[in-house]
Amino acid sequence: MSTTGVPGMLAAAALIARKDLAIEFRTRSAFLAALVFSLLAIVIFYFAWDATAVSAADLAPGVLWVIFTFSGLLGLHRSFGVEEADRAIDGLLASPVDREAVFLGKAIANLLFVLGVQAIAIPAVALFYNLPLTRVLAPLVVIAVLAAIGLVAVGTLFSAMAANTRLAELLLPVLALPFFVPIVLPAAQATARLLSGRPVTEALSWLRILIAFDIVFIVACALAYPFTLED
Amino acid sequence: MTSSTRAERTATEYAGPSTRSDGGVDWLLIVAVLALIATVVRAVAFTPIEVAQGAAQKIFYIHAPSAFIGLYVAFGLVAVSGALYLWLRDERLDRIAASSAEVGVVYTTVVLVTGPIWGKPIWGTWWTWDARLTLTLFLWFVYVGYLILRGAIEDPGVRARYSSVLGVLGALLVPFIHLSVYLFRTLHPMPIVLKPSEPSLPPEMLTTFFMALASFALLYFALVRARYRLAGVLESLEDDAVPEAPSVGPLRAEPVR
Repeated sequence: MSTTGVPGMLAAAALIARKDLAIEFRTRSAFLAALVFSLLAIVIFYFAWDATAVSAADLAPGVLWVIFTFSGLLGLHRSFGVEEADRAIDGLLASPVDREAVFLGKAIANLLFVLGVQAIAIPAVALFYNLPLTRVLAPLVVIAVLAAIGLVAVGTLFSAMAANTRLAELLLPVLALPFFVPIVLPAAQATARLLSGRPVTEALSWLRILIAFDIVFIVACALAYPFTLED
Repeated sequence: MTSSTRAERTATEYAGPSTRSDGGVDWLLIVAVLALIATVVRAVAFTPIEVAQGAAQKIFYIHAPSAFIGLYVAFGLVAVSGALYLWLRDERLDRIAASSAEVGVVYTTVVLVTGPIWGKPIWGTWWTWDARLTLTLFLWFVYVGYLILRGAIEDPGVRARYSSVLGVLGALLVPFIHLSVYLFRTLHPMPIVLKPSEPSLPPEMLTTFFMALASFALLYFALVRARYRLAGVLESLEDDAVPEAPSVGPLRAEPVR
């Protein structure tokens, strides 16, 4: 692909994702920060409630998805923040790739980041809150992936926008959190159904919202992304 | 700050006819405020008191029209003019979107304030996580975020594009928040005017309601128009405030003595 000069859309996106992940892998700053934040939040949330009044299993879905949202924001902010130094974004935009490919590449890197945090945070919640993880693991992974896709689609776009404003990292949560409502709410509800031993079919209507959100906002955000760049 | 004093000076000197409103008196706004006062007088003094809810029901004449105009008309216009801006790149469209968002946030704030005032005597609680309340609250957050975003960008072109994107995405978000919060059970009174069957409101109350709706709509358009004009004046000031580079004549060398 690279020998022919200009890579195709998906190849270009993969290159950009690889670049972002390489930066992240060499510094590990954001990933470790997000991970430590998640673990801290898990512990703090446990003590924020009276454990004798609210059972850990009732608490866990909410804790899980709140942590997921906030640790996701940590990674998303980094996504375009890292391009602001030395105006690296200009180099990226001057390269002969579609802007949708830049968005897609950034989103793929963010998705892997969020899923990486999840892969450690979900077992940690299960461990600390004594959840029957193995019983619900498969559907929970499906929920986590669906939720991560929607979160990353919206978050990547808003990260690109927030990086260009005076408020920068302060603005991202203000813009993004209302858009995370139709992700966090269905994900937490579906998780709660699963953890309380209800059949998977009861979580289906919540999963449908997640799937619809993912499809609509991947398309909308990829289409909107070029508008946030041009000068 | 020097820039503000310069702007003030320019404002006093400014006499461009293009953005001047007619004589400085906004008649539409005055008419709208008078209509609103008339509506309140009629609602309070000349509309029958509801049997079950008592006087508390009268807040409906402020609450429901504000909700209808703020949530549907104002935020709808933000999305439509945002989408049109991304297509046509006419800065007037962005001005309309910004004006409508500002007025919409005010109207939605009125909804969120009057709702609990009614809810306390009728439901026995200021706030409940009912679907419609939650939806309104989250929309309020989206459009307050929209205004914060606008305030955080200095370049007018970037500001217009970013806020247009957010305006359009905000409209896409509505059905999703709607769906997810409606899967919770709802406590809010179902629509009694805007419903397929006949409106189930006594005729006097219905008249007052439509009068309120009309005056709130009129006030909305008057405010958006005033805000739109203000944006135009501010933009022309921004253009004027940039000091022109002092004209430098052709360079001449002093004769060497």
